[in-house]
Amino acid sequence: MLYRESGQFKSNYSEDQQIFPIRQDRIAIGVLLVVAFLVVPLVGNQYWLSALITPFLILALAALGLNILTGYAGQLSLGTAAFMAIGAFMAYNAELRIPHMPIIGSFIIGGLCAAAVGVVFGLPSLRIKGFYLAVATLACQFFVLWAINRVGWFSNNSSSGVITAQKIVIFGYDVVTPAGKYLLTLSVVVVMALLAKNLMRSETGRAFMAVRDMDVAASVIGIPMMKTKLLAFAISSFYCGVAGAMYAFCYLGTVEPEAFTLDLSFRVLFMIIIGGVGSILGSFLGAAFITLFPIFLNRGSEWIAEAMGVEISHAIVSNLEIMIFGALIIFFLIAEPAGLARLWQITKEKLRLWPFPH
Amino acid sequence: MDFAFFLEVLAGGLLAGVMYSLVALGFVLIYKASGVFNFAQGAMVFFAALTFVSLTERGWNFWLAFAATLAVMVVLGIATERLVLRPLVNQPPITLFMATIGLTFFLEGLSQMVWGSQPHGLELGIPDVPMEWLSQKWNINISQFDLFAAAVAGMLVAVLALLFQKTRIGRALRAVADDHQAALAVGIPLQHIWAIVWAVAGFVALVAGVMWGVRNGVQYALTFIALKALPVLILGGFESIQGAIIGGLIIGASEKLAEVYLGPYVGGGIESWFAYVIALLFLLVRPEGLFGEKHIDRV
Repeated sequence: MLYRESGQFKSNYSEDQQIFPIRQDRIAIGVLLVVAFLVVPLVGNQYWLSALITPFLILALAALGLNILTGYAGQLSLGTAAFMAIGAFMAYNAELRIPHMPIIGSFIIGGLCAAAVGVVFGLPSLRIKGFYLAVATLACQFFVLWAINRVGWFSNNSSSGVITAQKIVIFGYDVVTPAGKYLLTLSVVVVMALLAKNLMRSETGRAFMAVRDMDVAASVIGIPMMKTKLLAFAISSFYCGVAGAMYAFCYLGTVEPEAFTLDLSFRVLFMIIIGGVGSILGSFLGAAFITLFPIFLNRGSEWIAEAMGVEISHAIVSNLEIMIFGALIIFFLIAEPAGLARLWQITKEKLRLWPFPH
Repeated sequence: MDFAFFLEVLAGGLLAGVMYSLVALGFVLIYKASGVFNFAQGAMVFFAALTFVSLTERGWNFWLAFAATLAVMVVLGIATERLVLRPLVNQPPITLFMATIGLTFFLEGLSQMVWGSQPHGLELGIPDVPMEWLSQKWNINISQFDLFAAAVAGMLVAVLALLFQKTRIGRALRAVADDHQAALAVGIPLQHIWAIVWAVAGFVALVAGVMWGVRNGVQYALTFIALKALPVLILGGFESIQGAIIGGLIIGASEKLAEVYLGPYVGGGIESWFAYVIALLFLLVRPEGLFGEKHIDRV
């Protein structure tokens, strides 16, 4: 009833090609953006903004980056955290060494450096594929962390390798409050998500998908393999790099290289698997799920322990959480291999006919 | 350059490589038979070692504990086949890979919840000390335990080779590895074969876990040896048992030599990634590893 597209006629090509062809979708997105930009910073308390929503947005951006590479271009990568680390440390250095560097400029420099490294470690993808490539990207993960730990320049010769992100200044205003950092993160994420959405509908995106579906066939119909694969690595790493820079500046504040271990790479990979491989929306849904789920699990186990009046030791709870997390991932893969984004798709199709399905 | 020292490093590296091979073998078995890249192998090694050491600490004797752990691993293998693999039949490999990462989390949580998370020492009665006559005669220090581990690995490979080449099950395993559908068509029960393979991989994990447990103690860090085995795998090829052994030897030796002769120039600690870089360079020449099956892409 509410979600009918009958009567919405497309009378020219640009209307037919717009990002959200259904009017209700456009309204929903508009409302969502208004809520995110205006209501959330007013309503959300400090804990919600700085510990939940901001990391969720940042990790969603990283997941988006990985989704471009793995979901759209079909190249499995386990080096996401390494690209994030490059973004974080290079943005720090840009801010440190270039006078009057605007913060967005530092983010972009961090992203570009990550993209350059991504291209280098993407070179093997021209020769090898599948799991061999996944293991090859692990080389990137370990090498980058080692280099950041070893080379003092990255952390400005701090003895522990820990950096403290500089103060964020935009147009002369200090951004120190959680709400301010949230708004900065949100703006960057919205712009980059929009770019990604459009990029994937363009010739580049179609080339990525052709390579994913079958690279030999793609090269036969004239898609340049080298350019497409390396571009996928570059764009994906750029997104991860910017996410890493924001992870340092807007979320953690104080960063050590160990914040970007293989565990983080896996978490981001989980996000796109649970959210939906090859879907922009899926990156957000997956990131929300993976960020929020451990917190709910934690709260839930506390609540159950209280309700049952038993004292469960902390070690058991944390191990139980890991077990449930693992089991849930398997459950999700079995129940809906295409991820949360597919569930959303199904809901939308049902909603079109609701409440009169015949 | 001191030649005896070089030999010592080389031998030490080769023997360390054998330990990597032990872990890599488990990966190869499962990949060969079911095409699943089983990331949980490291967690299985940890789970087996922790179960084994906890049982021995409760006063069970070696063989009893070994048999009990083996039984647990077989049950685990069968359960994995039933609860994880069977519902995921016909899914793309990346989905199966993700499922094994989920399994990794599950096993890590389970083993630490049941047996606690404190590290354990493990003793087999074979001291981890240099062999005296070698060090006296040629001034080369080679650990007795390393040689024992090499012997165990050799025996394991021999047993696996016998199983694969000479038994009915082995023939079925090879048939499944060759072509799932053809194997199904001639009446080989795919599900049974997968359960058997996961059980055998559990056995290999147990052996690897005991060996690594003696070397480094049974602790959470044991789960990371899976990461050490990955370059061995891509160097040797995912589908080949001899690839796992030879890949392990190459990785072990070059890693140790690089750490000793190259490490000082770049600041040390290169062991964490050097193996990957070797494997990567190697892949650029031979994209399917040393003994892997050559893939022919058809449109």
